[in-house]
Amino acid sequence: MSGELTRRSAAELAELIASGQVSAVDVAQAHLDRIAAVDGEVRAFLHVDAETTLAQARAVDERRAAGERLGPLAGVPIAHKDVFTTADMPTTAGSRILQGWRPPYDATITARLRAAGLVIIGKTNMDEFAMGSSTENSAYGPTRNPWDTSRIPGGSSGGSSAAVAAYEAPLATGTDTGGSIRQPAAVTGIVGVKPTYGGSSRYGLIAFASSLDTPGPFARNVLDAALLHEAFSGHDPMDSTSIDRPVPPVVEAARRGDVAGLRVGVVRELGGEGYQPGVLARFNDSVELLESLGAKVVEVSCPHFGYALPAYYLIAPSECSSNLARFDAMRYGLRVGDDGTRSAEEVMALTRAEGFGPEVKRRIMLGTYALSSGYYDAYYGKAQQVRTLITRDFDAAFEQVDVLVSPTTPTTAFPIGDRVDDPMAMYLADLATIPANLAGNAAISVPCGLSDDGLPVGLQIMAPTLADDRVYRVGAAVERALEDRWGGPLLAKAPELAEADR
Amino acid sequence: MTTTPSLVPYEEALARYEPVLGVETHIELGTASKMFCGCATTFGAPPNTQVCPVCLGLPGSLPVTNRAAIEGIIKIGLALNCRIVEWCRFARKNYFYPDMPKNYQISQYDEPLCVDGYLEVEVDGETYRVEIERVHMEEDTGKSLHVGGATGRIHGADHSLVDYNRAGIPLVEIVTKPITATGDRAPLVARAYATELRELVRALGVSDVRMEEGSMRCDINVSLMPRGAAEWGTRTETKNVNSLRSVERAVRHEIERQAGVLDAGGRIVQETRHFHEDTGTTTSGRSKEEAQDYRYFPEPDLVPMAPSREWVEELRATLPELPAARRRRVQAEWGLSDLELRDVVNAGALDLIEDTVKAGAAPGPARKWWMNELSRRATEQGVELSALPITPEQVARIQALIDEGSLNDKLARQVFEGVLAGEGGPDEVVAARGLKVVSDEGELAAIVDQVIADNAAAADKVRAGKVAAAGALVGAVMKATRGQADAARARELILERLGAS
Repeated sequence: MSGELTRRSAAELAELIASGQVSAVDVAQAHLDRIAAVDGEVRAFLHVDAETTLAQARAVDERRAAGERLGPLAGVPIAHKDVFTTADMPTTAGSRILQGWRPPYDATITARLRAAGLVIIGKTNMDEFAMGSSTENSAYGPTRNPWDTSRIPGGSSGGSSAAVAAYEAPLATGTDTGGSIRQPAAVTGIVGVKPTYGGSSRYGLIAFASSLDTPGPFARNVLDAALLHEAFSGHDPMDSTSIDRPVPPVVEAARRGDVAGLRVGVVRELGGEGYQPGVLARFNDSVELLESLGAKVVEVSCPHFGYALPAYYLIAPSECSSNLARFDAMRYGLRVGDDGTRSAEEVMALTRAEGFGPEVKRRIMLGTYALSSGYYDAYYGKAQQVRTLITRDFDAAFEQVDVLVSPTTPTTAFPIGDRVDDPMAMYLADLATIPANLAGNAAISVPCGLSDDGLPVGLQIMAPTLADDRVYRVGAAVERALEDRWGGPLLAKAPELAEADR
Repeated sequence: MTTTPSLVPYEEALARYEPVLGVETHIELGTASKMFCGCATTFGAPPNTQVCPVCLGLPGSLPVTNRAAIEGIIKIGLALNCRIVEWCRFARKNYFYPDMPKNYQISQYDEPLCVDGYLEVEVDGETYRVEIERVHMEEDTGKSLHVGGATGRIHGADHSLVDYNRAGIPLVEIVTKPITATGDRAPLVARAYATELRELVRALGVSDVRMEEGSMRCDINVSLMPRGAAEWGTRTETKNVNSLRSVERAVRHEIERQAGVLDAGGRIVQETRHFHEDTGTTTSGRSKEEAQDYRYFPEPDLVPMAPSREWVEELRATLPELPAARRRRVQAEWGLSDLELRDVVNAGALDLIEDTVKAGAAPGPARKWWMNELSRRATEQGVELSALPITPEQVARIQALIDEGSLNDKLARQVFEGVLAGEGGPDEVVAARGLKVVSDEGELAAIVDQVIADNAAAADKVRAGKVAAAGALVGAVMKATRGQADAARARELILERLGAS
């Protein structure tokens, strides 16, 4: 039974718990067992606490026993990216500088997961401060891709994608700053969504780049992702950039899942050179599939998308250079060299030198430079102008079509260690995902097949700001058609992980 | 170059050089909660008891703008005749310091909320228009306490403690344009500006503007140029000047010091300087030439501010009568000369007198009591006039007792003494001390007769036409009645009896 429970969708598990067929404790225990069996190999989690997990599950069972009507995800385990503060678990953002830090407060997203009765089963690994595309920048070592444990699970939310793909949790949270949900989802064969910026709260999300960071869901199917999206989204008065509008009807859209009469635009600039042939082949299949389902497909041009990557690598580092200034050893986290002889300044410098990894330092330096007086206009200022042009490209495209599609990533999962010495190659992993971050609109990645190398490929579907429901509608239609064709989800094709003896 | 050039006496310095001033003033708004979180702002609370994840800058926390603070700054902007912009943003000012929780301060840079205003100030009957460049909003930092050193400064300290209660308290920064052509009144103009600004903000009710508690602090920029020169000299910025008197002294000292440097052929270094209350001098702080690059950029955690025109006009309609207008009004109503008005203002007696008048006293006596009797007692006790334990209503009551003839001035002084000593209200003091004018005509006449009999020599002088000699007899009557006689009536009776009336 317990092995079977971990294969269930979140919606099914919630139904089983609500109807009393299984207890939330059983479900939690099954997932804890699975983590114990495979996480030694996958290394998706930085922190798992069985007691805290089971206590949360027991509380759900008690609420049910007391006759309370439970929400649509009550009792379902969730893997929580270690970038969200949790008052009952450490929060490190994958950095040594926050090793062992226990936040005194819950992030809004954390609080909403709890309110929905979700059982937070642990905190997942990530690239340090969400900077990276492979989890190799984590201070705690890389997570491995369940499809091939010699390969990366994507990043920065690679612990979350791996946990879901390895059946350690049916759901996970992530954050997407330049593709950090969609790219890991694509390379692990699951669903990942970047909601509209401002649609999900950033309060308690340890900031990388404030104007880009967007919390979003991971799941093994579109409906589960929509249920999670709905559970944690909506206006938060603690986040000034949070949008005070109703959450788009994403669950309804995921259930509907049709594309008849919908206008779909293929972005000319996201494809071709630099994209793996197997990735492009699966993408082209998906476009044909959409057409066969009744969508009207046209090609559209977004001429400034080519500048998205350089603009992003000025804006995101600029914001991070300021956001990460607070890690100074004075109030929390690591403190190095405080031996009574050194000044506060020296302790700050020593702590930051030891506490931050090389990629974080690189970006702090990039951003510090880009914001310096005399360079601001040429770098940060120019990048913001490019951002405006990219937003206008989207606006123009969405006048012609309802959604835009592209491959989520240029390649499938690359081997661990392959790009660690080549930041530019690493940055290219986010080539297709960054435009939606700069413009703030909604986007999803859904599995669309295997490349020639036998690894999963993601289809990216982008919709206008606050039209998040559209990406679910199209994503669900693609998912349904492909699963019919395959006779089950893509993830079923993944090799079984060896379960360690317990 | 190791010797410090000597100071040039002020008048001499002014004869050769012309000063240009600039004042940057920080005012803590008196909002109930902080600028970007819900923490309380009570002054003097135990260290680090008014803090939360937001004002401590904990990872993940985010700011949300306090609407009351924006209201406060808009009111200040309007009162300073500024234009309130339709759209502006906060900016991050990046620098590392342990009392800055995020190691950046949320401030405003090239998009301030209020611009292009002015404030008129008066010195020796002459009006100076101080142009306001900008008024912007920012958050205060925490407070460092350096322990173990002799000076309280970081150098020589064993360790430092930081109190974050102040971190995130809303601060308004008011920046003047360069103030020129003040001649030898430069220090007085600076002081008058700070005084007028304080009065203005206090009248708006948006801050308690207590310089001694640091809720208003001034940075003073001074430069000198040779008389007749076209180009301004290099300026220094004297930081955190904490009293009105210090504003004046700091300007004066910088003029004398800079003149000395220039006379000796030196050049002024653009730097920040510290003012020392004890000596009235300034010393060098950090040089601006090695100053940090603050890497300002728009604050991405906050949406832009776009105060609607309707809201601005609503706020304009709530502005109270401003100090300058009020002074003009009371001057006319009370019939004061410019000099008398200035004395009242300088004594901090305007509110007190006005409230006394509101409580029924005529302006003349109200002003007389506050400016003479009560000012003297406040000076004796070393407290502000407003800190005396007597209310305008009580002063008005005493005057009413005088007006109805129950008290004379001499008795009134005893009533003031009793009220100030905590013996109760005026009527209670009058009753308890038995202070009542002797108004029984028969009783008074008998005393007058007795006094004339006892002071034959003085009485003779009066009879002989030396009316002035009657004063001694009146004094004797007052003495005999322990001050409770109506002196004017006693005098009439004396003159009547001695045939001199």
